[in-house]
Amino acid sequence: MRLELTPRAEISPWARALAPVAALVVAFALAGGLIALLGRSPLAAFQVYILGPLGDPWALQELAVKATPLILIAIGLSYCFRANLWNIGAEGQFVIGAVLGGWLALRTNGTEVGPWLLPAMLALGALGGALYALIPALLRVRFGVSEILVSLMLVYVAQLVLDYLVRGPWRDPKGFNFPQTVTFDPAATLPAVAGRIHLGSVFALVAVLATAVVVGRTLFGYRLRVTGDAPKAAAFAGFEPKRTTLVAFAISGALAGLAGIVEVSGQIGQLQPAISPGYGFTAITVAFLGRLNPFGILAAGLVLALTFIGGESAQILLKLPLDLTQAFQGLLLLCVLVADALVSYRVRLVATARATP
Amino acid sequence: MASGQPEPLVALRGISKRYGDLLANDGVDLEVAPGEIHALLGENGAGKSTLVKILYGAIQPSAGEILWQGRAVSITSPVEARRLGIGMVFQHFSLFEALTVGENVAVALPDLSLRDVRARLSQVGETYGLALDPRRPVWSLSAGERQRIEIIRCLLQNPKLLVLDEPTSVLTPQEADRLFDTLERLASEGRAILYISHRLEEVRRLSRRATILRQGRVVATADPRAMSAGDIAALMVGSEVGRVEAHEPHAQRAEMLRVDHLSLPPQGLHGQPLRDLSLTAWRGEILGIAGVAGNGQGELFEALSGERLASRPDAIRIEREPVGHLGVEARRARSAAFVPEERLGHAAVPSHALTDNALLTHHGEGATVRAGLVAPGAIRTLADAITRQFDVRVPHRDPEARRLSGGNLQKFVIGREIIRQPRLLVVNQPTWGVDAGAARLIRQALVDLAEAGSAVVLISQDLDELFEIADQIAVLHDGRLGPARPTGEWTREAIGLEMLGVGAGEGGQHAA
Repeated sequence: MRLELTPRAEISPWARALAPVAALVVAFALAGGLIALLGRSPLAAFQVYILGPLGDPWALQELAVKATPLILIAIGLSYCFRANLWNIGAEGQFVIGAVLGGWLALRTNGTEVGPWLLPAMLALGALGGALYALIPALLRVRFGVSEILVSLMLVYVAQLVLDYLVRGPWRDPKGFNFPQTVTFDPAATLPAVAGRIHLGSVFALVAVLATAVVVGRTLFGYRLRVTGDAPKAAAFAGFEPKRTTLVAFAISGALAGLAGIVEVSGQIGQLQPAISPGYGFTAITVAFLGRLNPFGILAAGLVLALTFIGGESAQILLKLPLDLTQAFQGLLLLCVLVADALVSYRVRLVATARATP
Repeated sequence: MASGQPEPLVALRGISKRYGDLLANDGVDLEVAPGEIHALLGENGAGKSTLVKILYGAIQPSAGEILWQGRAVSITSPVEARRLGIGMVFQHFSLFEALTVGENVAVALPDLSLRDVRARLSQVGETYGLALDPRRPVWSLSAGERQRIEIIRCLLQNPKLLVLDEPTSVLTPQEADRLFDTLERLASEGRAILYISHRLEEVRRLSRRATILRQGRVVATADPRAMSAGDIAALMVGSEVGRVEAHEPHAQRAEMLRVDHLSLPPQGLHGQPLRDLSLTAWRGEILGIAGVAGNGQGELFEALSGERLASRPDAIRIEREPVGHLGVEARRARSAAFVPEERLGHAAVPSHALTDNALLTHHGEGATVRAGLVAPGAIRTLADAITRQFDVRVPHRDPEARRLSGGNLQKFVIGREIIRQPRLLVVNQPTWGVDAGAARLIRQALVDLAEAGSAVVLISQDLDELFEIADQIAVLHDGRLGPARPTGEWTREAIGLEMLGVGAGEGGQHAA
């Protein structure tokens, strides 16, 4: 017996729209099984993970805080993924954005510099992410190197650079030898818009709206779609693939870098060895769960932010390991991809017959 | 072989297939006897492909039954079909691009080692005049060469019934003749052959019995030799097929496109280089480029379109301006237009709607894109105009490109270029696998464009087409282009020989 995938002739728009929802339900069911195996009640876990945060005003604000970097990064990734380019290194671009933007905050620390500081930090963050993303892009267009491997490996380089800086040259001399920098000045801190929600959430909403226009209505968005769906037709249309690759990576890196500096300046307030619980990787799941659609990504970002918050409460209330959150996120990505495959293909069990001579 | 009424090998009885509102097959009866070459005729969309897929187990009929050697069978999968002894050469190839010729054949024959497959491949290839290097990767092969793999792969499985869908569309007349000999030999061995074609002359040469389909129904089963080509065509199309109206060449010749000693290195290990190739296309004329698939047609097309750049700017001139270094959009801006061979994936994005596909070659113009913003209204108007003017039949408004039949999509991609009245049009295999009605419409559109004063470069393997509408013909062989001569000075034999690279020297004398 073997499994056979045959493309479906007709793909119902309903099936396509409901696939992410189905994926979510199946992922929840699988995670429930996993929790039961760990000896806890799945219902209690569901209560703690999902219902708890949703019923708590403080947790709702926290949801926006956690969703902000996820949405910013995933929106950026959608530019690459649409063009069939595989930027897996958003985590590294996030870190480099935080480092470059944070550098300016540290350089100006304790001095009065005027209102340009924050915009300049944000611009540097985006620039840092963009330049860092251009490394795999340039290697790909120039030498045909796999952008998947290079972008992924550069994540570790970025993390080690940050680690070196906060333990070495940038360490706070009065920080009791903790590996962290001084706390940013108020002038270098992203202002809050409501409670704990900072300006970064506004940026994420702007990115969603801007991307909806860019992808849906501009020639550039058309160019990305054609490049991703039929590269040969894109060349025939006169869309230079190298330029598309560079621009898509630059946008993707810039948004990841912006997310990095926003997180450091609006949320953490200083540089430290770990500034992300894996936002750059989780954002890949967000992008696909949102079907690369900007509004879909907005919703998916909130869903996955919920798992981060729920994971923290579950650790405290149910003594469940934090790794479970990552396992769930992985399960969810798997379910999304499987659901997409099932929408496009029919699965049949085929009895293997020996060819008769 | 037509002695009395032999027991049919396979009989289809009342086969129907419904897709939503569309009845693709409507109570089709068809019988094929051992040793018979049975032709299946019909326009694109007549239901031939559906019927053949049912026979091959790729899809299941909504009603009706299949008798194999008198026994009712349900063919649930292609594996089942192959087990019964049905071999199929599809019009659209199902090959693994990354694998070699030998590996692609071996995949279908799990009981044989790769070495055995290679040996048998050369042997069968030689016997039937379908030479192929078993070590070449499929991605480096032309459409014609890929089809040869499909045919050989089928023959190696020793089928009782061989189904061929438009097998000669990429062969030279000589190669086609050899294929016909092969098919006749296979039939005389007692095999049944179901032969699908648009080419009436072929069908009349090969078969004594033809089934003609129109709109999913059998309209006639008859001996094609007892009917005129016009009668058969009328049954297929449902109306008389008119001839393309020829046009008179213009008295004054104005140069539109000149290619001057263009050479291009091969792309990839097995790519075809272009060797010192020169040609001139004149306004008001159709220049035909004949040749067998894989002799540089694709490479020539990409060099002319600017998808590949020439090493010297002056190797290609449009209206005397060097454009060899300019990309496809810059050449479009000089009133050139292009239609590549591959409809899905090159000329059109399969998963995009027709409106989006209209934009593919029109985004450089003012009306459709303003300040980087796409104007949906303007594109819709454009797509509707193409659909209307070129009789593109769509299942519903603005469908995805892959929902269209081959002929209708081809009308769309050609109409998309002609609608802006380019002064230069380069087309590669414009009627490949297209039904008679669509082919006629396309040829007429090319003739009308030339009539209006444009230069047309028609790269085609279809000699009938070249003789019908080209003003001049040159033959491409092994990346070299022979001299262009007025169509009237060519004979089919002379072209056939040059296509095989035999007659180049003699051809020169022939012209003088």
